[in-house]
Amino acid sequence: MAEIFSRLGYYFQFPFVRYALIVGVLISLCSALIGVPLVLKRFSYIGDGMSHVAFGALAIATVLKFSNNLPFILVVTTIISILLLKSGQKKKIGNDASIALISVGSLAVGYLLINLFSDKANVSGDVCSTLFGATSMLTLNSTDVYISLILSAVVIVVFILMYNRIFSVTFDENYSTATGLKTGIYNLVIAVITSVIIVLAMNLVGSLMISALVIIPALSAMRIFRSFKSVTICSVIVSVVCAVLGILVSILASTPVGSTIVAANLICYIIFFIVGKIKK
Amino acid sequence: MALITCKNLKLGYEGEVVVKDISFEINSGDYLCIIGDNGSGKTTLVKTILGLNKPIEGEVIFGEGLSRTDIGYLSQRTDIQKDFPATVSEIVLSGCLSHMKHRFFYSKEDKRMAMENMEKMGISNLAKTCFANLSGGQQQRTLLARALCSTGKIIFLDEPVSSLDPEATEEMYEIVNDLNKKDNITIVMISHDIRNVEKYASHVLSISDKSSYGTIEEFLEGEKKGVDDNG
Repeated sequence: MAEIFSRLGYYFQFPFVRYALIVGVLISLCSALIGVPLVLKRFSYIGDGMSHVAFGALAIATVLKFSNNLPFILVVTTIISILLLKSGQKKKIGNDASIALISVGSLAVGYLLINLFSDKANVSGDVCSTLFGATSMLTLNSTDVYISLILSAVVIVVFILMYNRIFSVTFDENYSTATGLKTGIYNLVIAVITSVIIVLAMNLVGSLMISALVIIPALSAMRIFRSFKSVTICSVIVSVVCAVLGILVSILASTPVGSTIVAANLICYIIFFIVGKIKK
Repeated sequence: MALITCKNLKLGYEGEVVVKDISFEINSGDYLCIIGDNGSGKTTLVKTILGLNKPIEGEVIFGEGLSRTDIGYLSQRTDIQKDFPATVSEIVLSGCLSHMKHRFFYSKEDKRMAMENMEKMGISNLAKTCFANLSGGQQQRTLLARALCSTGKIIFLDEPVSSLDPEATEEMYEIVNDLNKKDNITIVMISHDIRNVEKYASHVLSISDKSSYGTIEEFLEGEKKGVDDNG
């Protein structure tokens, strides 16, 4: 035990390890918050689609050689997620297909662009790390950390202020509209928050596994808890604990950080699943 | 001026007309039942009045200072609600949102109001229970309590008894009738159940190819005449 702590102490001397932990906690907190309404609104697949769009945007940003990719990816992903949500409200059929189209399209075009225009030697290594988040966590610079800090803070504040209205729009959108709530605005808020979190989380777990971070904590919490508030609180706790554990284990055992966090979440889900069954 | 006036409404989806030539008004204190076959456009009509659908033609006019935030609505239950983790009190409280304007959180007054309405509906002992675990009748009472938190003026009910057993159905009709008679809340209800329509309604809107609107007496007169003509 003492050995583990001394090794962790050694690693935490490096700023990038500390950055990784701070950003990890913030992102997992935010993703768990927004995951609850997304799962309940049956919008899980939108999160998945958006993460592929974020990858496409990243590829374009790489080709255009921006000094910092984050703002560009954020804007593109947010715009597309708003468009998807709007089209989803108009007609129910065809929305899942259009999301599938956009997500595989972005993935393909993104990979193509990186391959064609990248001047780096190890293209597939680069792509692999953006998809699976293999090493990118440890290459965060302080600007990325500040952006993540500010955006997560904004997301948390907005979510808390809008909490009661997000509940109402999620539980019964028609009722909310009929009684004069501007549901369009709250759906927009949900869409924007989702894309912000997805872009931020790309650094943590890579674009293929982001939706795990959004969905699994909410699903775990729903196995045991039966009120909106307790599900939200529990999913935040689960998500943060799993992220911290995942990051620590990945440092000690040199496993890829993204998949370690997701694995921790899966184990947690299984435990909650069993506990939920026993409770019944 | 009536509470709500509908003029020459033509309703439908994506240009396809479901029902047309609907004109009627809802006055304060009315108990209006909307009847008609499945697919005749009853739900579409209510959704149009509530602003959830746009009419193809015609207009819905709110009078007597009625605004959207003065409305309560009991919709048919959605799939999402079947396994939704939410307690009765969370749901009832959310009815208060419509008059919160720019406040973010519920006030003491809101919570007191929610408590009162739960007591009125006889579900205060279920406040911390999950909505999905309730019986059909208890779920409808929860949604009615939420509607009461939103309004004291007018409540729309879309087939409120469709999934209830006979006993709960009678209870539901009694509760709604009390709201109408004792609390003077205007009721607009979509119903299949002619017997209870005759028992409680003050006005009837019948939707079909030839829609008709009138008081319950006029409606019964028309029914009788129809039977006589056919017989």
